[in-house]
Amino acid sequence: MTRRIIGPFNRVEGDLEVQLQIDDGRVSEAWVVSPLYRGFEQILQGKDPLDALVYVPRICGICSVSQSVAAAYALADLQELTPPPNGELSGNLILACENIADHLTHFYLFFMPDFAREIYRNEAWFPAAEARFKAIKGSAARQVLQARAEFMHLLGLLAGKWPHSLALQPGGTSRAIEVQEKARIVAILSGFRQFLEQVLFGDSLENVIALDSAAALDNWAAQAAPGSSDLRHFLHIAEALDLQDLGRAADQFMSYGVYADQGQCLFTGGTWNGAPGSLDQTRIREDISHSWMHQQNEAKHPFDGVTLPSIDETDAYSWCKAPRLDGLVVEVGALARQVVNGHPLIRDLVAQSGGNVRNRVVARLLEIARVVVAMEGWVHALRPKEAFCHHGKMPDEAQGYGMIEAARGSLGHWLKIKKGRILNYQIIAPTTWNFSPRDAQGAPGALEQALIDAPVRDGEKDPVSVQHIVRSFDPCMACTVH
Amino acid sequence: MNRSDPRPLNLLWLQSGGCGGCSLSLLGAESPDLFTTLSAAGINLLWHPSLSEQGGADLHRLLQTIIAGDLHLDLLCLEGAVIQGPNGSGLFHRLSGSERPMRDWIRELAQRAEHVIAVGSCAAYGGITTAGGNPSEACGLQYEGAKSGGLLGEKFHSLAGLPVINIAGCPIHPNWVLETLLQIALADLGASELDELQRPRSYANHLVHHGCPRNEYYEFKASAEKSSDLGCLMENMGCLGTQAHADCNTRLWNGEGSCLRGGYACINCTAPGFEEPGHPFTRTPKIAGIPIGLPIDMPKAWFVALASLSKAATPARLKNNAHADHIRVAPGNKVKDK
Repeated sequence: MTRRIIGPFNRVEGDLEVQLQIDDGRVSEAWVVSPLYRGFEQILQGKDPLDALVYVPRICGICSVSQSVAAAYALADLQELTPPPNGELSGNLILACENIADHLTHFYLFFMPDFAREIYRNEAWFPAAEARFKAIKGSAARQVLQARAEFMHLLGLLAGKWPHSLALQPGGTSRAIEVQEKARIVAILSGFRQFLEQVLFGDSLENVIALDSAAALDNWAAQAAPGSSDLRHFLHIAEALDLQDLGRAADQFMSYGVYADQGQCLFTGGTWNGAPGSLDQTRIREDISHSWMHQQNEAKHPFDGVTLPSIDETDAYSWCKAPRLDGLVVEVGALARQVVNGHPLIRDLVAQSGGNVRNRVVARLLEIARVVVAMEGWVHALRPKEAFCHHGKMPDEAQGYGMIEAARGSLGHWLKIKKGRILNYQIIAPTTWNFSPRDAQGAPGALEQALIDAPVRDGEKDPVSVQHIVRSFDPCMACTVH
Repeated sequence: MNRSDPRPLNLLWLQSGGCGGCSLSLLGAESPDLFTTLSAAGINLLWHPSLSEQGGADLHRLLQTIIAGDLHLDLLCLEGAVIQGPNGSGLFHRLSGSERPMRDWIRELAQRAEHVIAVGSCAAYGGITTAGGNPSEACGLQYEGAKSGGLLGEKFHSLAGLPVINIAGCPIHPNWVLETLLQIALADLGASELDELQRPRSYANHLVHHGCPRNEYYEFKASAEKSSDLGCLMENMGCLGTQAHADCNTRLWNGEGSCLRGGYACINCTAPGFEEPGHPFTRTPKIAGIPIGLPIDMPKAWFVALASLSKAATPARLKNNAHADHIRVAPGNKVKDK
């Protein structure tokens, strides 16, 4: 039996340490440690409510817009404000652009380079993986950076800049676009679609979206050589390494739902554990029994949450709190979103093998196709010369919440204001759910469960299976502890 | 490589009390992309948390090699503030895989670096991480807000003889960083290229006001009153573009953007202390109807006189458009009589 500490765990956003207990060549227990505390929830207390729109995007440089949107929703909730159709569409386009750029960054820069590690040198597929995905040096990196940067011109137009825009407002967006700018966005999306179809998928977005079962996916993958597209390349490696057997957590999935368009969400919210369930935010609690926080009697709903760091707690090992839904550990992210929303391919994959490394990545790439097609619809629906922003009065005393889906999963902001100032502001980020420490019942968080049984090869110090499992969640540690 | 010196410049990039947004912004570099520009500067990326293959034990070995003096460190970039809390222990940020606070690693590595570069306002001055009551006891590399000192102290000079280079901004523009690195590679970055707050003059000698698309509204004091209005954002909406040192409206972000172009105020994010303006960010504080913060280098009496004069002369077109979210009245055409 050996205990091993892996850190810094890089190619994730922010700071991460993973501690493992290894028995007979397998991980038998895992502890996920968030080693950085900044204290945004403390910083926000006493501020003017609208100042949250300056502070919260700066929680995280990769989920910046997501944080802004959650805050704008929460502020709109307490102002009882609804944006005009243009504001909603523009907000969706901005959020979608960040989420899709994040999926792309994750796949190409964070996740795939692990298959170009030396440990795989003797695999038949290694030379192609190394040439394409080697960190910094692989042929994909430059190509993707360029496509990503051109795609993000959409944010220059609609949000001024990325990250850390102030364009997202409770009543819509601050940037009304004119007809020629609408035309530019159509052109930007068309360029990005071309990149996706030629490089990532090797097929039309529509054909990817139409894949409706695990068998259909296998069939599609076999229709062309692995080198013909990066998705096929990944599926080929995934099959060789049995990535569908790696990194299963509890298979309790949750999504808040996202991309509201006149009362309907593109991806509806709810839960999935083999059957659909509804979601009630009043059933969320944050447990701090294993967090470096001043201990309390019981787990609290985020409206009543307290964030008071304390380094001296005996059972604590992370700055991260442990959110639970109905007392249960849940997994969030693209896989959860797509299984809750009911995409037939993802439902079938999850029915066959649950949440695992392969399925998380497939869901993320499928989502790229689905969201880009939706973006094309939203931009056509924009009506220049009509309003992009509604305006309201800030009450002196109220409470509100904003729940959305960031690239990495469910993000919620809960705030209370009193005498026109922020009294309490609590944030539960996607990776807070996925990378939570144990709770008072001793139940490990989703990643802590997913790491159990991960194989350790002879002589490995930082096991490559652990690298795949951790990164398959696309963690964002900056958001996690905030 | 374009440098005459054939030896590559070793760059180590670390993150501490920040959001990672400067790295993410940097990935958006264009024409050419990030990796092409780094190779143009002859830069060898020893390690970057988001880009490098290796982590864990390999990184610890790399840091030890640098500290032992066995590997030359040309460029040390820090992104994020230095975390000193709780109670001065630095334990709010422990370097993963070690028991030591990140602060201690940064201090040690800085002594070995040819150039020390603070990337973003957090690393430079403390930034957003120090807002409110500064719960993590954060500071910048060589500043605590506007006060010289910080982690490394007022007198610190890197091996190249320069103080910390503060590429302030929240976040940085990718080219602020890349052009600074290129200047170093070309031996074009001397002390005179840094301003009083140690920011590269290449961008800090400009004001955000320069090239602002709202400048006609500014000239006539045709002011926005609510978010999404086209008018000038200075009088009511908290805009500090006439005081903020940066070239955001001439250089542009993500293609064609800037804060002003996005419809919202400049919050002067390249300045120390921007995170606590002492008033709500998007509301201009005034005394007797006159904004407290006036354009830089402008005498108050002149500003007041010119403002009242230009207000009296505001064309109807600007008055109308200033309160709209799209152009309602187009500029007139002078048609010559034949």
